[in-house]
Amino acid sequence: MAPFFLIFTAFSLYPLLYTFWISLHKVELATLDIMEWKGFGNYTELIQDDQFWNAFANTFTIGVISTVPQLMLALGLAHLLNYKLRGSTFFRVAALAPYATSVGAAALVFTMLFERDFGMINWFIELFGVDGVDWEDSKWPAQFAISTIVIWRWTGYNALLYLAAMQAIPRDRYEAAAIDGASRWQQFRQVTVPGIRSTIVFTIVLSTIGATQIFGEPLIFGQGPNGISGGADNQYQTLGLLLYEAGWKNYQMGRAATVAWAMFLIVILVFLLQRLLQRLTSSRSS
Amino acid sequence: MTTDSLQARPDELAPRTTTTASGGRSRRRLLRTGAGRQHHAGPLAYILLGIAALTSLFPLYFTMVAASTDNTRVTQTPPPFLPGPNLFSNLAKAWEDAAMGKALLNSLIVAGSIATATVLFATLAGFAFAKLRFKGRNLLLMLVIGTMMVPPQLSVVPLFMMMSDLGWGQKLPSVIFPTLVSAVGVFFMRQYLSEALPDELVEAGRVDGAHSLRIFWSIVLPVARPAMSVLFMITFVHAWNDFFWPFVALNMENPTVPVALTQLSAGYVKDQSVIMAGALLGTLPLLAMFIVFGRQIVGGIMQGAVKG
Repeated sequence: MAPFFLIFTAFSLYPLLYTFWISLHKVELATLDIMEWKGFGNYTELIQDDQFWNAFANTFTIGVISTVPQLMLALGLAHLLNYKLRGSTFFRVAALAPYATSVGAAALVFTMLFERDFGMINWFIELFGVDGVDWEDSKWPAQFAISTIVIWRWTGYNALLYLAAMQAIPRDRYEAAAIDGASRWQQFRQVTVPGIRSTIVFTIVLSTIGATQIFGEPLIFGQGPNGISGGADNQYQTLGLLLYEAGWKNYQMGRAATVAWAMFLIVILVFLLQRLLQRLTSSRSS
Repeated sequence: MTTDSLQARPDELAPRTTTTASGGRSRRRLLRTGAGRQHHAGPLAYILLGIAALTSLFPLYFTMVAASTDNTRVTQTPPPFLPGPNLFSNLAKAWEDAAMGKALLNSLIVAGSIATATVLFATLAGFAFAKLRFKGRNLLLMLVIGTMMVPPQLSVVPLFMMMSDLGWGQKLPSVIFPTLVSAVGVFFMRQYLSEALPDELVEAGRVDGAHSLRIFWSIVLPVARPAMSVLFMITFVHAWNDFFWPFVALNMENPTVPVALTQLSAGYVKDQSVIMAGALLGTLPLLAMFIVFGRQIVGGIMQGAVKG
């Protein structure tokens, strides 16, 4: 594996290092060829900027609210699709239809469903005598609505990945578990989940990378200028939106590169955490 | 870690009429592994699956409903559940007011070129990695896999500077060229070809004196076709829906579909039913593809995790 890491670093290092180089400068959007040396000035400014930490926290919470239910729902859906079914092609294609919907179209229709005055979701909860929610205006409702779009788009896709892995589990493992008296639920916990373990890890990694980059959903959900700032009080501004705001609204490309690097460090951190967790759980089970 | 999700297994993708050698092998494997669980679904499973399908499809249905009514009806409660009479006039308005016509054409060009180039390069490179022996093969393959792991947003700033250096700012080439080759595609085709293409076939071509390009044309391409069409469709979907970089690189005068859709939301168009008509227009081409080729796309995704 050593040469792999050498090449990986060599190849992914170029955009990484170039972005880093830019982040050490003051570069304006209108005059891209003028780079004024700033050292770590962009980084110290970023660390002292409340808006950065706010976007960091929002990316984390939206990431958790969207990824955890998404993968759990996908696991359940895959389990259902793994039964012998009539019309299994229909159910699979239906599950994948949101994946074919562009983030723009999905965000537009969900923005309408979550609309405060005439949205279908408020209409529905008001049927039960509950007051309608101003989804865009306050922090947690907005983050919940944005996460709903992400969950809707990616659950079916992940379910199909799980289904493919489930179908590769040898049947005799289920038979052995059944002979040992394992119930269906125990078979699911003891045979299915361990059997698709590597796919689960794979989807966790993919969804986490996806979650750090959430951009289109909050942008469109904010409908206009509120989109880039992630709400009037930045209540749902993600790091992706902050990067865009820094570079293409405030014209500070050096600052945008700094945000990009911060995002990269977060991805690395997540990988290390995941590695650590994996080592802890595998040493416990063996 | 990623290998088992990225494997392209020919027995599921290839039509049953491919060479007997690979057909026999796959049938044996199917017998050995079984198809996971064999329980029949009970009523509860059907109910839950019905709810799941409804949840997946309802937002798309509602897009259509809202696009066929008018602004007054859409903004009333209870919201409309049945289609109205204005679908075509709203589609026409969205086509003109939101530059959806131009956006659709641009997206067709962008996604079409990216998918074509990706399939071509991925099949060539996948064949080379799977069947040709050359110096530094493993090293090169690792290099390809290495590029799969670069987070895309990290390269946005240098990419943007490069494109304005080249004079490609706001132009379609700036969104086409950075994504012409996909490492995931190369890996997908390599996995497929190393199983679906028997070494003997390539050897037979060699004995007959065919050079590599000729072998590629008359032996590899026919075998690779099912995987190529799946890779084309999946790459097309991704390129069509790609958002962050096109949003940065293009402007509203020359948008792709997702970029034009943000314009719809940003208050340029006030009529909610026209906004939904735009969303519908932007989604229809892919939905049509899904209705026709849904089964193949599902098979392709299950055989190889092609994301991004």
